[in-house]
Amino acid sequence: MFSGNKIKRRDYEIITTMIHNDSSVLDLGCGDGSLLLYLKKMRNVTGYGVDKDHRNVLASLTNGINVLQSDLEQGLAGFGDSTFDYVILSLTLQAVHETETIINEMLRVGKQVIVTFPNFGLWRHRLQIFLGRTPISKELPHEWYDTPNVHVLTINDFEKYCSNHGLHVRDRIVISDDGRMVTTLPNLLGAVAIYRFNKGQAS
Amino acid sequence: MISSIGDVRPQIMDFEEPLALKSGEILSKYQLIFETYGILNDDKTNAVLVCHALNASHHVAGTYNGDEKTLGWWDNLIGPGKPLDTNLFFIIGVNNLGGCHGSTGPSAINPATKKPWGSSFPMVTVEDWVEAQARLATKLGIDTFAAVMGGSLGGMQALQWTIDQPSRIKNAVVVAAAPKLSAQNIAFNEVARQAITLDNEFFGGDFYQHKAIPRSGLKIARMIGHITYLSDDTMDVKFGRALREEALKFNFDTDFQVESYLRYQGDKFADTFDANTYLRITKALDYFDPAAKYSGNLANSLSNAKANYLVISFTSDWRFSPSRSEEIVGALVANKLNVSYAEIDSPYGHDAFLMDEPIYHSLISAYFERIWVEALNV
Repeated sequence: MFSGNKIKRRDYEIITTMIHNDSSVLDLGCGDGSLLLYLKKMRNVTGYGVDKDHRNVLASLTNGINVLQSDLEQGLAGFGDSTFDYVILSLTLQAVHETETIINEMLRVGKQVIVTFPNFGLWRHRLQIFLGRTPISKELPHEWYDTPNVHVLTINDFEKYCSNHGLHVRDRIVISDDGRMVTTLPNLLGAVAIYRFNKGQAS
Repeated sequence: MISSIGDVRPQIMDFEEPLALKSGEILSKYQLIFETYGILNDDKTNAVLVCHALNASHHVAGTYNGDEKTLGWWDNLIGPGKPLDTNLFFIIGVNNLGGCHGSTGPSAINPATKKPWGSSFPMVTVEDWVEAQARLATKLGIDTFAAVMGGSLGGMQALQWTIDQPSRIKNAVVVAAAPKLSAQNIAFNEVARQAITLDNEFFGGDFYQHKAIPRSGLKIARMIGHITYLSDDTMDVKFGRALREEALKFNFDTDFQVESYLRYQGDKFADTFDANTYLRITKALDYFDPAAKYSGNLANSLSNAKANYLVISFTSDWRFSPSRSEEIVGALVANKLNVSYAEIDSPYGHDAFLMDEPIYHSLISAYFERIWVEALNV
């Protein structure tokens, strides 16, 4: 799905800046529970991770994280409306099939949603396409034939998604592949985008 | 498989304080038979209660007199270095009230009449069992259990513990359970009960005086139950349409291996189990419904619970399917309780909870390692 521990770490740090102390969090595709572990330490959050892979369930349990085994593609029917302060999907958006369903479900069970994803529009990716190859990078490390990614997207794509779906973007932070903040030409220079949003207010 | 605990011995505890049952009846005195494994630490923070299901007992682990045929029913889980490690925890198995393995039940002598209780033994419920177990814990000097654990009906007891005794339980391990029985579950139980009560040897429950045993009723009850514990796939793999002999016999003897297997299981059960106990335990299952008092809202029934939970289900379990465990998980999440949930991929149906599927046992190990660290830090 996504490797490069340095980028992952930076992703966690930026997510942390978006989260209040003592809040409740649902982390979708929680892996070994390391994000929740980090948020517990930094922000004293409570909550649950969700993962469909039994190895990740075991790893999270071993890490002392509440983990619920479930395939998030099936929706989040077990959770009531607005149960969590934040629902997080970290570096997994590009790998889900039912993108709209999942984002809608996240908006339903969480008061706010945090989504992070590798930016397909990064100049390095564009260069590889220009040279006639499917991009491979720290952020998108797989070959075309073994990638779990099914919906690679650019920052511009996601911006358009948010405006088409009436989502209210509260924070948008873009980082380069060495972890620095990108403020100019984010869709060209950004390696990873971190969005915090909620349902737009009817006005 | 040889037990790693080795030989164990049951103990008996007598209770003189009357127990008011949910049915309204009162049991003036009673005894419970139990076994313990491991050593209770000085702070008494490492006690774990293991609750049994429909046809098991207090004999959870170990053997009697070196005979490996007497291996406890959850021996693969409990012992030195096993997922529930007897080097770390003090583990109690107890035969529930109404049982037939040494705790006061229908086959025991009613002190008031000096005859077997039989039909006059009261109905017992999961709540009554939890109360009796809590009294046993008190007598053993245990204020708080590090964990209460069980599979199937045993898991229901663990769940009930967190509702009825919230300050006396730190963790509940609820395996292959359900928050209440479905109509289909109750239907299977009712067929089993009818098989017993319609047996001519049942004598309205007072067969002891007639020196009778409703064997065929018990046998059929067990055969029905057994089918619901297995998955269609397991039965196919284990028996398929294999015949006992080379050709069909064209009579009502056993043609197929599966028939012979079920008859054997039924006979074995009828030799060892009490019909009145079977009737009462199936009723306790049917009556279990902690949400009933809360207009069916399970989350509300858990509003005072404080425990941490591990909930486990098995993919091929159709008796208490994963969706039933997910109902429990949903109610726990709604109360913001600490819970982890795993759906184990297993072909073995409801009986999977008794198997030593590596992922399943690894999860239990990991969870009890956490409990151990908590128990040390009290």
